[in-house]
Amino acid sequence: MADGVHEEVHRHPAPTGFIRKYIFSIDHKVIGIQYILLALTAVVVGLVMSVLMRMNLSWPGTNWPIMGTLFPTGAPGGVMSPEFYLSLVTMHGTIMVFFVLTTAPQGGFGNYFLPIQIGADDMAFPFLNMMSFWVTFVGFVVLLLAIFAEGNVTVGTWVSKLGESFAAGSGTVGPIGGWTGYAPLSALGKIAGPGQGAGVNLWIISIAIFCVGSLLGALNFITTLLNMRTRGMTLMRMPLTCWAWFTTAILALLSFPVLLGGGILLLLDRVAGTSFFIPGGLYVSGSLVPLHNGGSPLLWQHLFWFFGHPEVYIAILPGMGATSHILSTFARKPIFGYRAMVFAIFAIGMLGFFVWGHHMFMSGMSPYSAVAFSILTLSIGVPSAIKTFNWLGTLWGAKIRFTTPMLFAIGFVSLFVAGGITGLVLGQTSLDFFFHDTYFVTAHFHLVMGVASIFGMFAATYFWFPKMFGRLMSESLGKFHFWVTFIGVYAIFVPFHAMGMVGMPRRYAQFGEYEFLKNTHGLVLFVTVAAIITAVVQLVFYFNFFWSMFKGKKAGDNPWEATTLEWTIPSPPPHDNFAGIVPVVYRGPYEFAVPGAPQDYVMQTQPGEAAVGSH
Amino acid sequence: MATVTSAKTAAKPGVGPGWPKPPGNNGSNGNGRGKWFGGRRPFSKDTYRITVWILLAAIVMMFVALASSYIVLSGNPEWQPVRMPRAFMFSTGLILISSVTMAAARHQLQQGPSRKYQGWLLATLLLGLAFLGCQYAGWKQLVNAGVFVSGNPHSSFYYLFTGAHGVHLLGGLTALAYLAVRSGRVLVGEANEKRSAATDAVTLYWHFMDGLWVSLFLLLWLWK
Repeated sequence: MADGVHEEVHRHPAPTGFIRKYIFSIDHKVIGIQYILLALTAVVVGLVMSVLMRMNLSWPGTNWPIMGTLFPTGAPGGVMSPEFYLSLVTMHGTIMVFFVLTTAPQGGFGNYFLPIQIGADDMAFPFLNMMSFWVTFVGFVVLLLAIFAEGNVTVGTWVSKLGESFAAGSGTVGPIGGWTGYAPLSALGKIAGPGQGAGVNLWIISIAIFCVGSLLGALNFITTLLNMRTRGMTLMRMPLTCWAWFTTAILALLSFPVLLGGGILLLLDRVAGTSFFIPGGLYVSGSLVPLHNGGSPLLWQHLFWFFGHPEVYIAILPGMGATSHILSTFARKPIFGYRAMVFAIFAIGMLGFFVWGHHMFMSGMSPYSAVAFSILTLSIGVPSAIKTFNWLGTLWGAKIRFTTPMLFAIGFVSLFVAGGITGLVLGQTSLDFFFHDTYFVTAHFHLVMGVASIFGMFAATYFWFPKMFGRLMSESLGKFHFWVTFIGVYAIFVPFHAMGMVGMPRRYAQFGEYEFLKNTHGLVLFVTVAAIITAVVQLVFYFNFFWSMFKGKKAGDNPWEATTLEWTIPSPPPHDNFAGIVPVVYRGPYEFAVPGAPQDYVMQTQPGEAAVGSH
Repeated sequence: MATVTSAKTAAKPGVGPGWPKPPGNNGSNGNGRGKWFGGRRPFSKDTYRITVWILLAAIVMMFVALASSYIVLSGNPEWQPVRMPRAFMFSTGLILISSVTMAAARHQLQQGPSRKYQGWLLATLLLGLAFLGCQYAGWKQLVNAGVFVSGNPHSSFYYLFTGAHGVHLLGGLTALAYLAVRSGRVLVGEANEKRSAATDAVTLYWHFMDGLWVSLFLLLWLWK
């Protein structure tokens, strides 16, 4: 193609209007930041909900006047009703899983840094990229509508006009089916009880919209990575972050369609009178459900968890990528076992498709299937251990620079181990029979998929902030944020294990009536205090984030002395990333402490023979 | 990974100012992918092909989920099978023929754009529309037989499979219409390459839509 033709370089000019530049932008960097801001908004809603839940658990029946004002039906007289609590559980889970843990790591940081790290000027389909963000945004708006359709009379009346099945205004703060929305109750509509009307319809529609947005994103990520790597950027020279985003995109591509299919079936059951998940002769609240037969409630669980298990890896794999990247950078050592890391990340992703049954051990499945699912589940321990030991190997004997991103990356390793180890407990059928639906499970997944992923994203934020905004975040505020959060999350979730061991069930609005849980009250109170402190400290992060954007110390091109392509360009990067010039890659991504090199790091664009490399 | 590495590892000379120039830099660009002007890289015909394959993977996953649900529910003792309406047999024939005409259009384009290319494209487009019309007639026949969306799962699956497939086929028809509108133009250079790659991609998608319908049809007809 036009070899040797030296035209003058015409750079594509950056858009100048506010709307094309910041709102409907097709620049992957702006879209990445939009995703991050969406997650930063959603996480506040989710976090406030978790604090409300803790308040209700610790001080049941207390009158919170402000709650009575905001939710006159959900918390009449300021006392939260059990339905209100259940809808908090549902919306906290949905918002956190979809709009925080899926959007920030992949849509946010992946969008911003994957093209730059492989040396591309943008995503393969910039317009599609913009669409995927705005579709996701619409999904979030619909989810908020689901809250108000049930909780607010005005919105409820308006939504009710959509049709009979959209009857709303039950007074909860949204649907109460849990983020897993188990059939048959989720399939029946308002006869299933308060909070199962229009709110659940909108909840399903929101998730369906989210699926479409994620699919568009995944398509773009995979095509970009396969087809737009710059010269010299072989697969095995990609930063581990790119491998993580790539694997995550494959997981999203193959799992979201299944949820979309399941969601369509569930919605049809609710609005079109089908019976995919509703068996004949079903009694609910003492009356027979008419006009339905032939469905299977368990089918929903299979469809949901076939998506649901890969989803937890969608949340955590980008965190693993960022952690690997950051540990190597601040340990000033090449990542230990680059190839093993790549294969492990891929193995975790692929095994994730064959273990959904471990969420359903209690569903009455054949014990033989349960054993198969159990063995496959435990086998994920192997690649996970490979990653953990390689992280430790990277740190071993290193002269570590304890910056804030490094602290959060080490925190990630700690939380991943602490949360992952209980996966080996829950993955065994005999033990799961006891622990199923107790706080032990809540502890496990919060530590490993919730908090660990968030720590990965905190690390990524502190690490890449100077590249995104040209200024460094405050280190002292960052370290304060790290230590309180790190101790705080352990103070919250370690007691959860103990509560689970004495049999405290998940999702219950209060425990006062249960004699066997009387002794746990002190522990419940302790967790609540820890949760409130940890939640409040996140304000420090928000302050640091927005303050540093304008007042932080100027960063320069490469403040961390890192090696990958994003650090070869100005901070923030120009519109087309490399200013119309193609970067050429000569070596692997983690060449630190190369013997004989003038500095302790060698950039990927540095030509010449590498003394140490991944080849 | 060894093959990937060996193909691209040999460090080719860099281009442009600001980058360290390796020895022997003559500014050329071995694989045509290293340099882009005007902020846009040269078109790579792999882009469309890769994208359609990835898209198909996602579509396969959704229909596999729906078909698995079908197979699971067909084992339910409450399952009430429904007779296949005749219109769906006609539509199956139409979509099979449309695959042949699409292949013919692609073959003609490879000989160079011509009126024959245009003709085969239009034939495919019309067959696609006729297929959708036939599917609609099938729905009418179902309704006349007292089979509705609501009710026992086998009835619902008739509407679900035809509807979901129809929506995906509409995407294919839109792409076909786009190709047909541009089919009369003489294009050169990159625009021509793009058209040929787009035709390849649409052909792939269209054949897939054909195969998908035939599978769904056989499932509804024989597995009950």
